[in-house]
Amino acid sequence: MRSALLELLQLALPVGLAPLLSGLVRKLKARLNGRIGPGLLQPYRDLSRLLRKEVVLAPNASWLFRTSPYLIFAAIWLAAAIVPTFATGLLLSRTADLIALVALLGTARFALALAGMDVGTGFGGIGASREMMIASLAEPAMLMVTFTVALVVRSTSLQHIAEYLLTHDVGIRISLLLGVLSLLIVAIAENARIPVDNPATHLELTMVHEAMVLEYSGRHLALIEGAAMVKLLLYVSLVAAIFFPWGLATDIDDARALAVGLGSYVLKLALAGVALAFLETSIAKMRVFRLAELLGGALLLGLLAAIFLYVSQEL
Amino acid sequence: MLTLVAALLALYGAAALLGVVGGRRVLVPVYVLSGLAAAATALGAARFLASGAAPETAVLPLGLPWIGAHFRIDALSAFFLFVLGTAGALTSLFAVDYGGHDDDPGRVLPFYPAFLAGMSLVLVADDAFSFLVSWETMSLASWLLVLATHRQSETRSAAFLYLVMASIGVGALLLGFGLLAGGSGDFAFAALRGAALGPWKSGLFFALAVIGTGSKAGMVPLHVWLPPAHAAAPSHVSALMSGVMTKVAIYGFIRLLFDLAGPAQWWWGAVVVALGGITALLGVLYAVMQSDVKRLLAYSTVENIGIILIGLGLALAFHANHLDLLAQLALIAALLHAFNHATFKSLLFLGSGAILVATHSRDMDKLGGLIHRLPMTAVAFLVGAVAISGLPPFNGFVSEWLTFQAIVNGALLPQWLLKLAVPVVGAMLALAVALAGVALVKAFGIIFLGRPRNNAAATAQETGALMLAAMLALAALCMVTGVAPQLVLALAQPAATLLLPHGAGLDLSSPLWLAPLGPDHSSYSGGVILLAVTFLAALLGLVIHRFASDRARRSAPWDCGFPDTRPETQYSAAGFAQPIRRIFGATVFAARERIDMPAPGDTRPARFEISFRDPVWEAIYAPTARLVSLLADRLNLLQFQTIRRYLSLMFAALVLLLLIVAVSQ
Repeated sequence: MRSALLELLQLALPVGLAPLLSGLVRKLKARLNGRIGPGLLQPYRDLSRLLRKEVVLAPNASWLFRTSPYLIFAAIWLAAAIVPTFATGLLLSRTADLIALVALLGTARFALALAGMDVGTGFGGIGASREMMIASLAEPAMLMVTFTVALVVRSTSLQHIAEYLLTHDVGIRISLLLGVLSLLIVAIAENARIPVDNPATHLELTMVHEAMVLEYSGRHLALIEGAAMVKLLLYVSLVAAIFFPWGLATDIDDARALAVGLGSYVLKLALAGVALAFLETSIAKMRVFRLAELLGGALLLGLLAAIFLYVSQEL
Repeated sequence: MLTLVAALLALYGAAALLGVVGGRRVLVPVYVLSGLAAAATALGAARFLASGAAPETAVLPLGLPWIGAHFRIDALSAFFLFVLGTAGALTSLFAVDYGGHDDDPGRVLPFYPAFLAGMSLVLVADDAFSFLVSWETMSLASWLLVLATHRQSETRSAAFLYLVMASIGVGALLLGFGLLAGGSGDFAFAALRGAALGPWKSGLFFALAVIGTGSKAGMVPLHVWLPPAHAAAPSHVSALMSGVMTKVAIYGFIRLLFDLAGPAQWWWGAVVVALGGITALLGVLYAVMQSDVKRLLAYSTVENIGIILIGLGLALAFHANHLDLLAQLALIAALLHAFNHATFKSLLFLGSGAILVATHSRDMDKLGGLIHRLPMTAVAFLVGAVAISGLPPFNGFVSEWLTFQAIVNGALLPQWLLKLAVPVVGAMLALAVALAGVALVKAFGIIFLGRPRNNAAATAQETGALMLAAMLALAALCMVTGVAPQLVLALAQPAATLLLPHGAGLDLSSPLWLAPLGPDHSSYSGGVILLAVTFLAALLGLVIHRFASDRARRSAPWDCGFPDTRPETQYSAAGFAQPIRRIFGATVFAARERIDMPAPGDTRPARFEISFRDPVWEAIYAPTARLVSLLADRLNLLQFQTIRRYLSLMFAALVLLLLIVAVSQ
């Protein structure tokens, strides 16, 4: 009973908090730019307004265009529920390890890229093509980080990773430092943040994610935007669970530990939001073909981290 | 089981004879007979594997008089017979409808059953002679099938290249078997198994086996024949060649190196893993660049062979270091991927056949919007595309996940070279899988989505019921194997145990979770993912439609305010691949873009040209071809001599031969 309730909380938490995290980032960015900016709760208002609007479809939009938003949101939601947020040892966490998590996000991206091409507009094509290009480098980088962590922990399961790092002193390892750097670049790229993409732009030829979803409106757009927010939160949880698991509750029967877990999770989210706002205000967006260097760099960092560990591993 | 195979071979023979005699009129019976025989093969093999029956052998007084023809079925042959039967049955079902659309069915009908029979024979052959004869039957039958479209000039050059490469491959196999048999003259596999070769000879055997089977499987750099040949063949034959024949080659690889070659050496693993990584990455890069759908699929076959080879190489490396549990994990991953690839690649090639029937085009830039005209084909093709891109909850992901688990454990290998090679190959595999997603998004997006790019695509009609049934059945297989991979893994496990008897202990018992190394290690469940995503998506849909809004209106697309109704303004196949071409192609393929923009006022059209160079062709094949033609020119001299000269030449050759014999003894 208790574990079922906690599982529900784990499911509700990412969806509930994701708009708040995006609101926080937007508010802080506005303040850093010298604007007052909308309130923290503005994303909730935006989403609920969009959900109640009617959908405008192109004449040749197919069933794929109409069903993709639901599938994408559901897949990213499930992925977010698999990453440990405030506690480990929950039911769903066995469903997928880190490799499967990457692939699950890949399924969502596959659907999104196809939906972008469905209407047959130039913007949809450009967005889909570039999104897949970014993914083709970010996904391997992410898997390299997975290998690195898996070699330290001897498992690719997220809850094993978090528990191991909580209970063992792994010290400061060069590989893990390289890994966290690589993962951060991947997280920025996957969430279409500056310097890879600009989440606040339209009508700009360099945009990627926004170009792909240009034809979406109403409830479909709400789901796509919501999914992007959940994905941002997912990556924060992921970085937190792998590299900063402090505060995670490992015993789900211990109420105090759970409270600490929840509190520390919210704190980590807030810190990540602040860091992201500062990063996005302090650098400019890159040209799209420079991205290959950034993401290729992330891939090489990940590979280097993995090689260090492979070579130093003994039977 | 062997009796069954013999009966089925007779059935194939009957179908082939019927095809020879009857021509176009007997199209349906030929494909029905072939399909029934293949289905019976699959069922029989599954029963054989599930019952855990002992290997069966038979010796027939055929072939070389002093040894006869040996046949044997063990778990490994049975697993590949299962793969062959499954894909062969559904391909034949498709062909009942599709075969009539061939230019000249009379050129396909006799060879189609012969091709299936040849492949089945390879899988049951138990001596070198029968193996090679069956192997050549398979090669020649498929070569004749490729030539079914002989009126197109590209087919003729593809077929020529195929014939040359097949000859090189079988030559290597011939030498390899000779090396194994030595002077004994006993070519039965049972005798070869006991041959103890020294390190040099076994290394040479390894090289010959890799060349012989790798060239058939499409391993880089021996892959050059595969894309043109697979693309030129009629689509149901392409499905068999890509889906099944490459797997028969993989069977040959496993049989020669895991079974006959004696104790594995660790560097074999390193070589195969490296070849696999290069094959996977280069294959998928080629695939992304194609704009012909069948060539794209054929290059993707090269990629998938790379993935299988990575699994096999890891298995060899683990096995050589006595880590047999992990060797089993890697081997089972490769076997599962062989089955998976047979399902989704057959599906996709059959889909390309359906597209070809409906629109008469393989060029993606002439298609578009087919999701409206061919809705069911679109669903099946989409399932195949998602599955081959290695995405959950379909089957391609399961085998790739298992391969990744083996790679993660590669750190346990003691040799430095392997420690370095395994993470690098892991990165290559990860890149290949991600790029496969790009290639398939491109294929599905350009062909099925958007607006039709010409009239044929705009007026296409959904294809026949049997074609759809075959494709949907394969799509269902992709789904079922993804959700319950244990079903197929249970059939692959006896084969892995047969080859690596010390590695028993993989835990594949749980019907819900896949956690091969035990519950404390990584786990994955396609079923839970499928259920959870479907449930959450349905819940979202219901809640939003009920409580928020369910209104929808059709209107012109937005497209940032400037919608253009001309279909040419959509992204093209080459345009979609541009980012990848710029990032990878500039170095790997020396891809160059040339833009010729006329000055203002000039009315001449602007031009955009892309040029590629094929590094493998230019580095290896072009120089070899030049050398061969140079030598042929020189040796041409020998063709125009007097009889006296010929006699003296023969005498000189005889003396030389006797000298060699004298010296070597």
